[in-house]
Amino acid sequence: MSLNSPYLAGEPLSAGPAESPPESPAASHDVAGLPAGRPRSMLRLGAAVFVQNRLAVGGLVVVVLLVLFCFVGPLVYHTDQVDVNLGNAGLRPGAGHPLGTDETGYDELGRLMVGGRVSLTIGFAAAAIATALGTLWGAISGFFGGAVDSFMMRILDAILAIPILFLLLFLVTVVRPSMTVMIVVLGLTAWLVPARLVRGETLTLRVREYVQAVRVMGGTSWRAVLRHIVPNVAGTVIVNATFQVADAILLIAYLGYLGLGISPPATDWGGMLSNGTNFIFPDYWWLIYPPGLAIVAVVVAVNFVGDGLRDAVEVRLRRR
Amino acid sequence: MIGYLLRRVAQSIAVVLVVTIIVFVLLHQLPGGPARAVLGNRATPQQLAEFNQQNGLDRPVPLQYLDYLRRWASGDFGFSYKLNESVGSLLLQRLPKTLILNALALLFTIVVAIPVGIYQAVRRNRLFDYTATGLSFVFYAAPTFFLGLILVLLFAQNLKLLPPEAPQSDGVTPIFADFRAMILPIVTLALLSIAGFSRYMRSAVLDNLTQDYVRTARSKGCSPNRVLRAHVLRNALIPVATLIGLSLPAIFAGALVAESIFNFPGMGLLFWQAAQTSDYPVLLGVVLVTAVATVVGNLLADVSYVLLDPRVRFS
Repeated sequence: MSLNSPYLAGEPLSAGPAESPPESPAASHDVAGLPAGRPRSMLRLGAAVFVQNRLAVGGLVVVVLLVLFCFVGPLVYHTDQVDVNLGNAGLRPGAGHPLGTDETGYDELGRLMVGGRVSLTIGFAAAAIATALGTLWGAISGFFGGAVDSFMMRILDAILAIPILFLLLFLVTVVRPSMTVMIVVLGLTAWLVPARLVRGETLTLRVREYVQAVRVMGGTSWRAVLRHIVPNVAGTVIVNATFQVADAILLIAYLGYLGLGISPPATDWGGMLSNGTNFIFPDYWWLIYPPGLAIVAVVVAVNFVGDGLRDAVEVRLRRR
Repeated sequence: MIGYLLRRVAQSIAVVLVVTIIVFVLLHQLPGGPARAVLGNRATPQQLAEFNQQNGLDRPVPLQYLDYLRRWASGDFGFSYKLNESVGSLLLQRLPKTLILNALALLFTIVVAIPVGIYQAVRRNRLFDYTATGLSFVFYAAPTFFLGLILVLLFAQNLKLLPPEAPQSDGVTPIFADFRAMILPIVTLALLSIAGFSRYMRSAVLDNLTQDYVRTARSKGCSPNRVLRAHVLRNALIPVATLIGLSLPAIFAGALVAESIFNFPGMGLLFWQAAQTSDYPVLLGVVLVTAVATVVGNLLADVSYVLLDPRVRFS
């Protein structure tokens, strides 16, 4: 059961064959803007391609601004986000409350900062867990191959075939939802796609000379996996991780809508938005559009960053 | 090829079995259990024990599982604890509705996304490309309950063009009789997935435009339009066909959030209600259908890849 029938459940939104700029070799030469003859590191080359992509740079700026807003904002703009104050309930935006207050008297602007902190933390941390677990699983499976690979991939197929909502429901029922729990829960349901990606790359990497050399020189399999395979799939993994962040933020929003999210007084943007949709008829628009726009902004921005990163990594790979 | 298919089918069956085992074991770890949910808070321990005994819930989990398998094999999916209907007939009611909603949404997505993606690739980094990319990402990023609500407010509340609710009938034919009510749910679901498809299409066309065969065709004097239609399009559709195969499971699974916004009684809502009432037989039935659809969809996606692209071999 997908929450939403995302036809690309879990897949990066814009995966697939990376676009290659039609006039690529000449163009990337100009783009790098470095004098010919000077050796250019892959990192600088990738950075140059990334910077050329205006949407990606814009996305990065938006993400940084939102992080500052959520993490530095509360230090400047003090609000009480714990005690209910019904005397202040449902105030329209105005002096003292730039974005008004919600139905229990919390200041909406301050709540946006606090909720965003939860959404962003969960998004990034869950993506980190999913990526780490998926990378390790995929690298081990692809590296050892044979029966180990079949076994590990069938497990993965099976978990992929279980409706994600069932897993989330189960985990949320068994453990009380807190921020840490949500991070682990979302991380544990999202590692399947990176695992598949990494396994695919590992299959081609493990026959490379430098991996063979490790074994000839008596290096253990673990050493080959951790020191040689994993660093080499980093590009693919980082790109996927960006999309994971966006997906996790959306997923936590859906869980909030289903009533399975963070419990009050803590909240996240999804919880704020789904709560706000209850007040659409009294026309408390300030409870609906700010969190809604915040979610859209961060998810779009993160996707643009991922898009730009993918182009950058592709160029690096092509140059290799 | 037949060997490959047989092996894949065998693997698929194994995967479905593993799924049912995982789900079955997880369900029995849940605190409370169905007896409490069905009989209510005032049930005595004696009544609870009786219920568990009647439904075989007091026996060891592995035995219960084997029992389930035996009944599934004979086509009996059990009887709902709550809805006073057999799971089989519930699935037969809900599945066609979910199929219609999701298949139409997928169709709408493809019809819009493929031309948009092609045009984006041809006009790369121009105004149209940027606008389409921006819009499709915004639709993707807006949570369905937000997007659906805005559409309802706009088209049902303000403009009064469309009904705010999906058709509320038991059968399938009334859905088509009241088709206007399906427009908002279909569009809501489609807007969400247009981004993915148009992005894939754009990438695939861009990728193919740089291929040698395109240069050859151009140097032989083939018009750009013909190169696009006769050469690039065919090749660019390969990854999209795979993507369609991969989205087949979603067609069966139901879209819980969209179904709940528009109150459309499909598989998503069935699952959700069963989960809230600990209706194990229904839960297991829905999960089984979804798992089978996922596995079959993956298989079809792989096979379609080989059929469409002669360079890929079964292995």
